[in-house]
Amino acid sequence: MAKRALTVDDSKTMRDMVAFTLKGAGFDVLEAEDGVHALSVVKGQKVDVVITDINMPNMDGVTLVRELRAKAEFKSTPILILTTEGGDDKKASGKAAGATGWIVKPFAPDKLLSVVNKVCP
Amino acid sequence: MSNDGTSGSDFERFRITFFEECNEILADLEVHLTQLQEEALDNEGLNAVFRAAHSIKAGAGAFGFTDLVNFTHSFEALLDKMRDGEIDQTPQVADLLVRGGDVLAELVSAAQENRSAGPDFGADVLEQVNDLLGSGQKPTEVSSDADAQQATVSSGMGIWTIRLTPNADLFKNATEPLLLIRELRELGSLKIQCDRSQLPPLRKLDPELAYFSWTFDLESECSSADIEEVFEFVDDTCEIAIERAVSSEEDAETAEVPPEGTEVQPEVSLPAKSVAAKEAAPAGNKAKAAAASSIRVELGRIDRLVNTVGELVITQAMLAQELADLTADNERQPIAGQEQLANLTRELQECVMAIRMQPVKSVFARMPRLVRDLSGKLGKKIYLRMSGEHTEVDKTIIEELADPLTHMIRNSIDHGLETPDERVAAGKPEEGTIDLSAAHVGGNIVISISDDGAGINRERVLAIAIDKGIVLPDAHLTDQEIDELIFAPGFSTAEEVTDISGRGVGMDVVRRNIVSLGGRIQIQSQPGHGTRLNMLIPLTLAVLDGMIVAVGNQRYILPITSIVESFRPSPSQMRRLDDWTQVVQIRGEFIRIVRLCDLFNVENATHDPTQGLVVLTEVAGGGKIGITVDELIGQQQIVIKSLNDNFDPVPGISGATILGNGKVALILDIEQLAGMKATVPLPHDGDGPKEVDTPVAIVAAE
Repeated sequence: MAKRALTVDDSKTMRDMVAFTLKGAGFDVLEAEDGVHALSVVKGQKVDVVITDINMPNMDGVTLVRELRAKAEFKSTPILILTTEGGDDKKASGKAAGATGWIVKPFAPDKLLSVVNKVCP
Repeated sequence: MSNDGTSGSDFERFRITFFEECNEILADLEVHLTQLQEEALDNEGLNAVFRAAHSIKAGAGAFGFTDLVNFTHSFEALLDKMRDGEIDQTPQVADLLVRGGDVLAELVSAAQENRSAGPDFGADVLEQVNDLLGSGQKPTEVSSDADAQQATVSSGMGIWTIRLTPNADLFKNATEPLLLIRELRELGSLKIQCDRSQLPPLRKLDPELAYFSWTFDLESECSSADIEEVFEFVDDTCEIAIERAVSSEEDAETAEVPPEGTEVQPEVSLPAKSVAAKEAAPAGNKAKAAAASSIRVELGRIDRLVNTVGELVITQAMLAQELADLTADNERQPIAGQEQLANLTRELQECVMAIRMQPVKSVFARMPRLVRDLSGKLGKKIYLRMSGEHTEVDKTIIEELADPLTHMIRNSIDHGLETPDERVAAGKPEEGTIDLSAAHVGGNIVISISDDGAGINRERVLAIAIDKGIVLPDAHLTDQEIDELIFAPGFSTAEEVTDISGRGVGMDVVRRNIVSLGGRIQIQSQPGHGTRLNMLIPLTLAVLDGMIVAVGNQRYILPITSIVESFRPSPSQMRRLDDWTQVVQIRGEFIRIVRLCDLFNVENATHDPTQGLVVLTEVAGGGKIGITVDELIGQQQIVIKSLNDNFDPVPGISGATILGNGKVALILDIEQLAGMKATVPLPHDGDGPKEVDTPVAIVAAE
């Protein structure tokens, strides 16, 4: 069965790029516009990797990571956060919330794939 | 940054999405920045502005729009400091943000059109932003690939010893050590020793904690940075020791070159960037063309469309079944299927039309800015009140609305509203008000712009019109006719052409734009009290809900949305004003009768309204008329066919359609009918009072 990824970003451009890249690598891709939306999208779904933006309306990425980690079915799901260069504090707060790693924006599709492969069995 | 892994056309698609998104973001930004001018933004507002800059930056980086990235970077940093309260929202900062918004918009459109905004474009704003951010902050050159900056000094073949001791809580971040080992093995040949000494007895084991640690011997040509990169995400949850165990002499020499000593790296990333720019370049024109013809549609509408089509397929199957069961001795008719098909067809049509509908908000949102800019320039105090921003209209129409609307507002501010002193002298509040509203009336959207200014100075308008030879010096014009002169080609009332209104576009162009959309403009002005401009524009250029009516042998279509009611008047309700004009009295109101049979010279029609029907219809510009018909046939969704390609415009007729029986029916234009005078005198059967020269217009405009 194909692996399933969830991309969470309020920017459709970013979601499109992530989704396109991962679909090209054989993933099923779910999309959500913000943290709240993401939590409702993953209900009853098995997800193999989550890629979330940090700065989003309604619920930001760090809170989303914390919420997901609190769920039994997401305990061991790799979660990547999207940060910008120099966002060391974001990386730290993301890691503290339970994120597995990060991707620095802007990124090339092959970079995204290599990071996903790095954390996703 | 390269676009490996995505083909040109996909890259193109992202570009299109990106610019669509940018334009939405910019419209939103405009709203917030306008608000900022009036009051300080709250946290949510600042966050929204921050996100706007942030989203544009992320996308711009992906496409290699360096100017845009650099500018948004500083802009975003400024907002970040404002969020943190380090920089106050002073009027100067607010002004800077607004100007920054302008620069941003221009940079986006430059990128979209694949041109440069100019080497120094926005430099002054950027400089001020950076000044605010403090001297340390430089317009950071944001690399498009952070990893490119990491030193990757090759130091020859070597053997590395790596000790990895995870903290117990390694797994809380869903880190999988196996993946790290797999990655390490890709760097070279790997020997692994696992230290299981910390593993507790089974009954004490917590499956969510990490107990193992490892020692790796890696034989590889890689640098320490390559190894560090493997552990990039775990350097805070593991103890990592990396040592170079064995190195040959020449290796030692090269190893002495400090990894950080690679100042050339930022330049190394540049060619990659320019490659991306080059790849994007030929696609740019295509992007522009495609962007102009795409539309973003609410997902719910697409879902509805898909559902309806699904049901349509089922209905088709059902109908086919019913038809197959239809035999000579079987009287069952495929009625149920047909009815369902009819419903679905209608729904399908609605769905498809709804896809093209967009709220006028996108156009309205630009206006507060315009008003603020102009009021500052002209020293006038103006309050802009908007309503009905969510009124929807066809996408093509929205795009055509921006220019006329801008010009009309500009005109109201420049010519309509007085200066504060003048207003106070006239006993009005210092601050003038402009009302901008949109609403659905009949099959039209009506956009009104009204001000409480001085109204049209008719003497001056007339004098100028005579001076410019638009009307003859001895012409006798009604007030309404004088007001309409401002739409005459080549007319401009500004005695000295200001840079506000005088941009070479007159109200005649505005009117022409609106008429080309199938709409019209009405003007109502009251000296001393203000001017109101109504733009009437059809909601869509394709379909309309119509009522089919019969007049003699002819069938006509009335837009259903303009019909108020229909009734057969009693003789006592009918009144004659003169030989040409007849009114019907209903609930104390007198409504002018428009006799279709006479206007269109229809044979075999009922000439006496008390024997036929009167259809009371609303005129979009205000008022009602009663249209005489023989009978109502039924309601139907009408696909509008234009007559303009083959015929000269026919007064009172807006188009035609084809009925279910294949016959052509003409679509009536209520507004034009309301303005038409009878061509045939009324038959002499009544003996009501005769008043010659009754001004019909007053009755119609009731």
